[in-house]
Amino acid sequence: MTGPRTFFEKVWSDHVIADLGDNTALLQIDRLFLHEMSGSVAMRQLAESGREPAMRELVFTVIDHVIDTAPGRGLDQSRSKAGPEMIRAARAGSRRYGFNFVDVDDPRQGIVHVISPELGVALPGLTLVCGDSHTCTVGGVGALAWGIGSTEGEHVLATQTLPQVRPKAMRVNFEGKPAKGVYPKDMVLALIGKIGANGGIGYAVEFAGSAIREMPVEGRLTICNMAIEFSAKYGFVAPDEITIDYLKGREYAPKGAAWEAAVRYWRSLPSDPGARFEHEVTVDCGGLSPQVTWGTSPQQVVGIDGRVPDPASADDPGTRTLIERAAEYAKLKPGQPIQGVKIDVAYIGSCTNARLSDLRVAANVLKGKRIAGGVQGICVPGSTAVKRAAEAEGLDRVFRDAGFEWHESGCAMCGHMGNDRLADLRVISTTNRNFEGRQGPATRTHLASPATVAASALRGQIADVRGLIG
Amino acid sequence: MESLVRIKGVAAPLLRINVDTDQIIPGPEIMASVDESYARWGTGLFAYWRYLDGAGGAHTPNPEFVLNRPPYDRAVILLADRNFGCGSSREPAPKALRGFGIRAVIAPSFGGIFFNNCFRNGVLPIELSIEAVRELAGQVERSQGRGEISVDLEAQRITAPEGDGYGFRTPPLLRRMLLEGLDEIGATLARRGEIEGFRGRDRSRRPWAYRPGLA
Repeated sequence: MTGPRTFFEKVWSDHVIADLGDNTALLQIDRLFLHEMSGSVAMRQLAESGREPAMRELVFTVIDHVIDTAPGRGLDQSRSKAGPEMIRAARAGSRRYGFNFVDVDDPRQGIVHVISPELGVALPGLTLVCGDSHTCTVGGVGALAWGIGSTEGEHVLATQTLPQVRPKAMRVNFEGKPAKGVYPKDMVLALIGKIGANGGIGYAVEFAGSAIREMPVEGRLTICNMAIEFSAKYGFVAPDEITIDYLKGREYAPKGAAWEAAVRYWRSLPSDPGARFEHEVTVDCGGLSPQVTWGTSPQQVVGIDGRVPDPASADDPGTRTLIERAAEYAKLKPGQPIQGVKIDVAYIGSCTNARLSDLRVAANVLKGKRIAGGVQGICVPGSTAVKRAAEAEGLDRVFRDAGFEWHESGCAMCGHMGNDRLADLRVISTTNRNFEGRQGPATRTHLASPATVAASALRGQIADVRGLIG
Repeated sequence: MESLVRIKGVAAPLLRINVDTDQIIPGPEIMASVDESYARWGTGLFAYWRYLDGAGGAHTPNPEFVLNRPPYDRAVILLADRNFGCGSSREPAPKALRGFGIRAVIAPSFGGIFFNNCFRNGVLPIELSIEAVRELAGQVERSQGRGEISVDLEAQRITAPEGDGYGFRTPPLLRRMLLEGLDEIGATLARRGEIEGFRGRDRSRRPWAYRPGLA
């Protein structure tokens, strides 16, 4: 094939082992990441089948999903009934098979999609899969990465390949300079509000435009993380010099001559001028305000000066019902301003927004202040490395002095994994999903940036961070 | 896996947009045990909506919820709205549908990971326009749920309660997995020669891809 090609086309075609017909290919999988939830199931299914892992050196395991994040946690400690058994199974399986294993007490431990780029497991142009839908996060370093089920995980374990239907190509251009108080999280929430939670079905999405070109890797990871929230399995930013600088020297990144060869290859991957995308969307970042969700889908988002919509404004009955149900669950009224809604909890954590730059932004808002009475502040660093780096620059003191809890790293309360602590509470959260019950029974989640979460913690209600930062 | 060729029976309408896999099988149900049987997952299906005490509790049925109302409590087909199965990659979602007895979901679109997971668990996701799904749901409701829908995966055809037909398309490889009970891993391993040939060429081009941390 000649002519201009997209980043996606180049990476996809470099991994096609066999054309299986009808737009389906058997792909080489460069990295498989397992965790104790879906990974323990994939390993058990493999063992039951009597097969052995095909390329164990390309398989990594970390304990992150159900491990407790309380300080001083034990190696199997979990808030859920089945948690300890899942952790022990993942540990035993990974050791038996000889996978690259990151245990709970390893200084490299953390949320899988946070440590994957930190350690250089994810690299530009690699295919990387994991039994977790937010695997698209690591598209932020230019990997072609996507979430799979545990049976697909078993297939990768047994063959280090995966058959996949080829997605269509979409490009999202984030143009312009985001205003004060607007962060990558706001940009991607605004996108989802614009195209809908189903706007990316069947697409692999390249994030581009001037705002992406100037964005550090950590912000790109936040944006790619939310690709699955508009139902795109794949989201990525083609590698550039920012990516290459970020990866140099990381543990599993290539070194020496291999590094030089890899960099040459990576520089050949960005989409060619004139490459064709089946769908293209542009977001003007200069016109955005801080974003916050009001409902039970990430598409139910408004600017901080916005209001809960009126169901009568919907153009079809399905959407009208959707808005009514969501407002009822969220205990909000049509037309009510989102700003000023009282909150019970401010949560900073998850693979979306718990990297060092996120903690710095939040700490900058909190510094020297106290969160409002009656509000619980919870900070769960995305990895043990992030936690230690934050402590080295005194951010833990800022959070604690402001009244936040300071946790060990893990997925914690982003999803309800048997911990009822957030039941029936209203939470403003840096996570990625505001689904019904996502953080607990009847928990009402409002998604926002770390800055907006910190500002809201101080005010005890959903607040505009722009008045609190210089 | 056993083969799935035809499905005929009660269809339950659940026309809600963006039903995510956290609703199909909530976290507290997943974390209750490590039992992987379909029966176990079936009990947790739609737990927040289906039970008055929600997920992970005593499972007291909510009489209002469609799957608790006869004849929909015997549903083998679910009629759903767009982006069904979005969100989390959790494979217990199709396992829960299967455990309840649902073998086909008909919706305008599906979350991509859920779509793939269905085929590995004997559940057929069918894409059909919202107009067609609403027509099917209308016919089902007019018959108080007694009008059955049949799905023929071989012919890729749906027959509505009132006899009208709708064609659909399923990706061929995934279709074979259901029709023939194809062992997907076995089929891939049978391509060993092709796989090794690819890797031989690829290793010399992208050596770092095969050895993490290669110096």
